[in-house]
Amino acid sequence: MTQTADPRAGAPAPVDEIKIGGLGASRRRVEDNRFLRGKGNYFDDIVLPGMLHMEILRSPMAHARIKSIDASRAWAIPGVRLILTGEALATRNLGWMPTLSYDTQAVLATDKVRFQGQEVAAVIADDPYIAKDAVTAIQVEYEPLPPIVNPEQAVAPGAPIIRDDKLGQTDNVVFDWEVGDQAGTEAAFATADVVSRLQLHYPRSHPCPLEACGAIADYDRATGKLTAYLTSQAPHIVRAAVALIAELPEHQIRIISPDLGGGFGNKVPIYPGYVVAILASILTERPVKWVEDRTGNLISTGFGRDVYLDGQVAMRKDGKILAVKMNTLSDHGAFFADAQPSKFKIGLMHSAFASYDIPYAHMASRGVYTTKAPGGVAYRCSFRVTEAMFFQERMVQAAADDAGIDQAEFRRINFVKDDDFPHRTPYGFLTDSGQYNKCLELALKEIDYEGFLKEQAEARKQGRLLGIGISTMTEPLGAGNSREYDILGIKMFDSAELRVHMTGKAMLRTGAKTQGQGHETTWAQIVAHELGLPAEDIVVEEGDTDTAPFGMGTYASRSTPVAGAAIAMAARKVKAKARKIAAHLLEVSEEDVEWELGRFYVRSQPARGVSIQETALAAYSNMPDGLEPGLEAVSYYDPPNLTWPFAAYVCTVEIDPETGVWDVLRFVAVDDCGVRINPLIVEGQIQGGLTEAYAMASMQFITFDADGNCIGSNFMDYLLPTAWETPGWELHEVVTPSPHHPIGAKGVGECATVGGPAAFVNAVVNALSHLGVRNIDMPMLPDRVYEALTKRTDVSGAPPVKTD
Amino acid sequence: MTSLFEEISDPTPDDVPVNRVAITVNGQKRTADVEPRLLLAHFLRQGLKLTGTHTGCDTTNCGACTVLMDGKPVKSCTVLAVQAEGREVVTVEGMASGSELDSVQEGFKDEHALQCGFCTPGMMLAARALLNENPDPTEDEVRFALSGNLCRCTGYQNIVKAVLWAAAKDRGEDPTQAVEKYTAKQKGANQ
Ligand code: FES
Ligand code: FES
Repeated sequence: MTQTADPRAGAPAPVDEIKIGGLGASRRRVEDNRFLRGKGNYFDDIVLPGMLHMEILRSPMAHARIKSIDASRAWAIPGVRLILTGEALATRNLGWMPTLSYDTQAVLATDKVRFQGQEVAAVIADDPYIAKDAVTAIQVEYEPLPPIVNPEQAVAPGAPIIRDDKLGQTDNVVFDWEVGDQAGTEAAFATADVVSRLQLHYPRSHPCPLEACGAIADYDRATGKLTAYLTSQAPHIVRAAVALIAELPEHQIRIISPDLGGGFGNKVPIYPGYVVAILASILTERPVKWVEDRTGNLISTGFGRDVYLDGQVAMRKDGKILAVKMNTLSDHGAFFADAQPSKFKIGLMHSAFASYDIPYAHMASRGVYTTKAPGGVAYRCSFRVTEAMFFQERMVQAAADDAGIDQAEFRRINFVKDDDFPHRTPYGFLTDSGQYNKCLELALKEIDYEGFLKEQAEARKQGRLLGIGISTMTEPLGAGNSREYDILGIKMFDSAELRVHMTGKAMLRTGAKTQGQGHETTWAQIVAHELGLPAEDIVVEEGDTDTAPFGMGTYASRSTPVAGAAIAMAARKVKAKARKIAAHLLEVSEEDVEWELGRFYVRSQPARGVSIQETALAAYSNMPDGLEPGLEAVSYYDPPNLTWPFAAYVCTVEIDPETGVWDVLRFVAVDDCGVRINPLIVEGQIQGGLTEAYAMASMQFITFDADGNCIGSNFMDYLLPTAWETPGWELHEVVTPSPHHPIGAKGVGECATVGGPAAFVNAVVNALSHLGVRNIDMPMLPDRVYEALTKRTDVSGAPPVKTD
Repeated sequence: MTSLFEEISDPTPDDVPVNRVAITVNGQKRTADVEPRLLLAHFLRQGLKLTGTHTGCDTTNCGACTVLMDGKPVKSCTVLAVQAEGREVVTVEGMASGSELDSVQEGFKDEHALQCGFCTPGMMLAARALLNENPDPTEDEVRFALSGNLCRCTGYQNIVKAVLWAAAKDRGEDPTQAVEKYTAKQKGANQ
């Protein structure tokens, strides 16, 4: 007897993954439903009964000894409940606190102020207006000391010691650190046909999320529990740090990071305001709210960048790079508070040149103290990778020019080839995968590279200045692994907890913390992909340390590579248990159970199956003997490697020779971030990242005058591009799945900010290269560009700013 | 004590001046005794618990606090509550009617025009004011009308799309087509 019938006869139609909001679906965001109605829950929206309000008094000077603080007039203002100074904190051993880089930072200044805007005192009052009144009534007498606004001043002989509080600190050097093969590099340089050298400054910048920082601390004497609502990208790290700083038991600390109005690295560190608010709540036994204003945010919290480069590339005549030398000098402000893995003093700066096949490289890095705000945060960046890739791509352009080779061809010559992975980079990383040339060629084709070069040559004859800039880079995203990456000793893994309820609906919690990336939407898509549950049936929750599994938080584009992987692994654990239940329901042995999206079936009889939802019901109502009830799993994921997305950005500009104003003509972006969970959200990340790159290239920076005054502490000075200035972006994709990530995804949130700036600068410099201009420091303000093109010189942007 | 921080019951010192204001917010008349220096933004947020109006700066640059006052977009961090006396104010909470979203809200969702959502209320109200005046704006007109509102997350491109989407919907046209037309034009758009 022969059977010719369809073996799937009687089986339900396969689940359409896109329809259920799985991998690759441009699912509309679930969090939008509350944000669009003004029903977000940002920390300042939270009002607790009996809440007091805190305001901080900041130093007007960059460097000064505090001679006296008189708060008597402030105390006289009705409604003032508490005034705290450094002295009051010191009696409780809270005058100083540890930073994320094993240094210390003043909570409220006791001996000296070390930067303009430093926290000096705090007032806690019935309402924020009274607190502000009282803060201005506090009188502080300062004895001015010389300010130091750049590394050169910091290491000059006779420079005043900024950190005289530190035993044994006899100069202003924070660290000297090196990596790479010095002897090999020197030997390679000795054989080079051409050596190209470039010196430049990556200016101080600030992540500047639209919502500044803040806290509500609520200490309950009766239970001994501290609940703190904090603007934190990493609530679990905060909990650990508060346990250490405030000496409260960790189980009695609950950190809640509610909706965040952006983060970009600004909300990773622990700020004095948080600590003072916590102490104030303990002392007053009332909830205390501190809302940082914009000036406080820009003048005192985590800056990014501020690194000087002296870079050299050794080449053969044919353009092959033989070795690279990078010397960096970084300005860390008054406290070394970089938020970065502790093993690496200058972050992952040594990820530079990872996309190029280079045998030798050496890097020597020195960090110094200055009288500027602390920070060194990973501003939309995987720990100084932004500087690394900017330096790399600026050096590559200069090297191509010096070798007399077309900038696109120069990259083709030196790229790591597609079949050469995993590839050991010259500074010791292992890159995982990529199709670098394919990305570059796509970008060149889209912008019509050859056509533009002709147009540029024509335009030059008429005195018009057109330029084209390329930036190609891969960057390490998703720290750990835990062997190499830790912050304050806490290993950099991440976590997810998935609970499938009886009716097949599910709750997912992770140790990450969304701040605009759309985790509530995309995380559910990963579960949908793994289990076939519709994404809309999965609710995602993050940011509450009492309920979320321990995680390292969201920054450095690590959420999809690490937490995203943990989610896939947790879902796989759930699936493994569901399979046992399915075998029980189907009355076959587990080996005979097959899986297709959303459904188990008997191998030989596809029509006989149970849905994932049916196994969920059985997990609570009809479990097999010997199996624990329930359908839940927790996964802690320690990544085997970082993920290495790649990007090729090409930008064309025209400079107005009369004014130095430059306009972006076109910007083509090709991003390869592996498998895209939600293409719509990925594109949103890239557009936002490119805009921050454009901001840094064109207008956004913090600088200082010779007196140490911060220029850039409000939106009149710290310029962010509006819809009007921001160019349009043309996005394209290439997909090279990560070989080790469970769903093949790579980080993407920061690629555009990391790789973007060099494309703009390379384009402007390219427009002026025939005049001998090799560098204009960012931001390329019109006056800088004008100076470069009229005087035919490079233009430095290092502080102090020029005053005429 | 003003009515803003009502849970604290200490008496207000005699020398603090207080004014009575009556402001129509989202169609409802609200009255309160306020200090003259109280900002409209704080009146809305703390006083009326309408926390969708955000504040992102101290210098009237960011526009996160944008509301409509008598139909015109204003930065509520730079308007005193007493200046709003007798006026009609619309906040983000007043945009949707019941479960029905304003077309601008729909457009923002469809085109992924928000990430952290902090700029969104102000951005949407500025867009609403534009569309009330100009039902068929060009890309440039949209960008110009929103140039008083900063967004740190999106790069504005999707916001522009969202506003064009809403404009098309308001005009009774197919919003998706309007956005597609714009996207097709994007290539070389800055030239
Ligand atoms: S809060 Fe920034 S403009 Fe009103
Ligand atoms: S969505 Fe975050 S500032 Fe606009």
